[in-house]
Amino acid sequence: MSAAPVVLAATLPPPQTPPVEYSSISPILIVLGLAFVGILVEAFAASSARRAIQPVLAVLGFVAAFVAVVLLHSRRATLVSGALAIDGPTLFMQGTILLFAVLAVMLVAERRLDSSGGAIVAAAAITPGEPGSTAMQTSKAMQTEVYPLMAFSVAGMLLFVGSNDLLVMFIALEILSLPLYLLCGLARRRRLLSQEAALKYFLLGAFSSAFFLYGVAMIYGFAGTVRLGEIADATGTVGENDLYLYLGVALLAVGFFFKIGAAPFHSWTPDVYQGAPTPITAFMAAGTKVAAFGALLRVFYVALGGLRWDWRPVIWGVAILTMIVGAVLALTQRDIKRMLAYSAIAHAGFLLVGLAGTNADGLSGSMFYLVTYGFTTIAAFAVVSLVRTGDGEASDLSQWQGLGRTSPMLAGIFAFLLLALAGIPLTSGFTGKFAVFQAAISGDATPLVVVALVCSAVAAFFYVRVIVLMFFSDPPADGPVVVTQPSLTYATAGVGAIVTLLLGVVPQPLLDLASHAAASGFVR
Amino acid sequence: MNPANYLVLSGLLFAIGSVGVLVRRNAIVVFMCVELMLNAVNLSLVTFSRIHGNLEGQVIAFFVMVVAAAEVVIGLAIILTIFRTRRSASIDDVNLLKY
Repeated sequence: MSAAPVVLAATLPPPQTPPVEYSSISPILIVLGLAFVGILVEAFAASSARRAIQPVLAVLGFVAAFVAVVLLHSRRATLVSGALAIDGPTLFMQGTILLFAVLAVMLVAERRLDSSGGAIVAAAAITPGEPGSTAMQTSKAMQTEVYPLMAFSVAGMLLFVGSNDLLVMFIALEILSLPLYLLCGLARRRRLLSQEAALKYFLLGAFSSAFFLYGVAMIYGFAGTVRLGEIADATGTVGENDLYLYLGVALLAVGFFFKIGAAPFHSWTPDVYQGAPTPITAFMAAGTKVAAFGALLRVFYVALGGLRWDWRPVIWGVAILTMIVGAVLALTQRDIKRMLAYSAIAHAGFLLVGLAGTNADGLSGSMFYLVTYGFTTIAAFAVVSLVRTGDGEASDLSQWQGLGRTSPMLAGIFAFLLLALAGIPLTSGFTGKFAVFQAAISGDATPLVVVALVCSAVAAFFYVRVIVLMFFSDPPADGPVVVTQPSLTYATAGVGAIVTLLLGVVPQPLLDLASHAAASGFVR
Repeated sequence: MNPANYLVLSGLLFAIGSVGVLVRRNAIVVFMCVELMLNAVNLSLVTFSRIHGNLEGQVIAFFVMVVAAAEVVIGLAIILTIFRTRRSASIDDVNLLKY
């Protein structure tokens, strides 16, 4: 290895300002603008006014960005001299993330669940146990910075799925993660658990992004560039630096597997899902998964497509391990949010099965699956936040006994959502799994599909166990209180359940949309 | 001097950082070890930039510094709230979420 001559600025051509296609990145710009306006509102509006202004502003901003995505639907190009890519998969996932963001804002804005305000703490600096902290627990106030933080996180997600460059991808990863670390620590009830979730998520998240970054450096060392397309060209040539490439791919994969919650990098998922405020958990479960899978698919298909015979066995192994860990450990859970977290891990495994197919069907199947899973899981967490005790949510499974007798409608919706997560026909979970598994079979990954089906059966057991608990056991004397007045949370759960049903009965329009978006593939 | 030596040094620093994250108890020290890992990456980025004779690696290193600074702001805020609640920054004490 020999060193090139020292690079001096004087020897290089003068830098040229890259053209910026503002209209094509308008969804990201709108969401970022929303975040900044939100901060200005924080600075200048009164506390009571903020609680009314911020959610409306956030919904309007996300809807505007969604409209921008729809208007851009036929655009296929690389932007900002190749740093960003706008193509079918990008736009499909950006639209999905924005829809999930709207639903999550509705959950966060909910303020009628009990005598106190919503799920978000009155002031993040309250120390539990100090004089006055109980008064703050029941205060109507709320840390309204949640909305700008969510907007920043959504902007990061939109950028993450659209980045065509490992540097932009790393920056986007941080933009989406840093606000989420803070959001996890903002639960109104059970402050200690919430703060602990934030600390664990932060330390492990920073650890994994360091691995991701070392992967970026190694791939830069191999290819001399961080553009995905140019990396793909470099992998086609046989060189002496292959070690850097393989190290880089492995380290990059660690970062991605952490974000999607795949085993053996899943250990943060149950703790964070349990401790975080439930609306934020819903947002994280749906939004982050789409964003991380979007970026993962782009890196593995575009930059590393030529190496697929090298990474395929790894994806197989991780997918199998993830499905088994998710399905088996969910069996032993006593807490409903932890159970849904392990279910999220199992679903990450099913999504990896779609990637293991390494074909265009796998891409469209994964995109379809992300939509179905996101709507179902947001609705499930919405239902979880409706069943309450005096101490906040009734998260222990024993408190859900007999819920089908005391409030049949809510229990019915939840049972339907659990069946969808299990993948029973006539729900979106079935069509999603079918799309992914079919793609994997056509991509010669039949053994993987067999494992996935066995894990689905194991997973179905613990979903059905909750249903049996709700409908076939007697309610305890001091059972939880179910919120009955109509509210935003009910609306969110209803929307999620209706979409789950519709995508189970008439999946074709969305399947067509996904395969149309995937057909043109990723631009380079 | 052979630039590969700097890569070895960067790998060593990265390894020290990641072992530190795994074995140290104090949240602040754990966090400092993460920062050490990021700076180890910066060293290899700059070295690769020298090897390839282009400036991209150096530019990335600047971005990494900014990201690390932003991460410090978030991280210290979170560790501070934990410390105020529990009078301890030991990560062995945050053990309520399990099973």
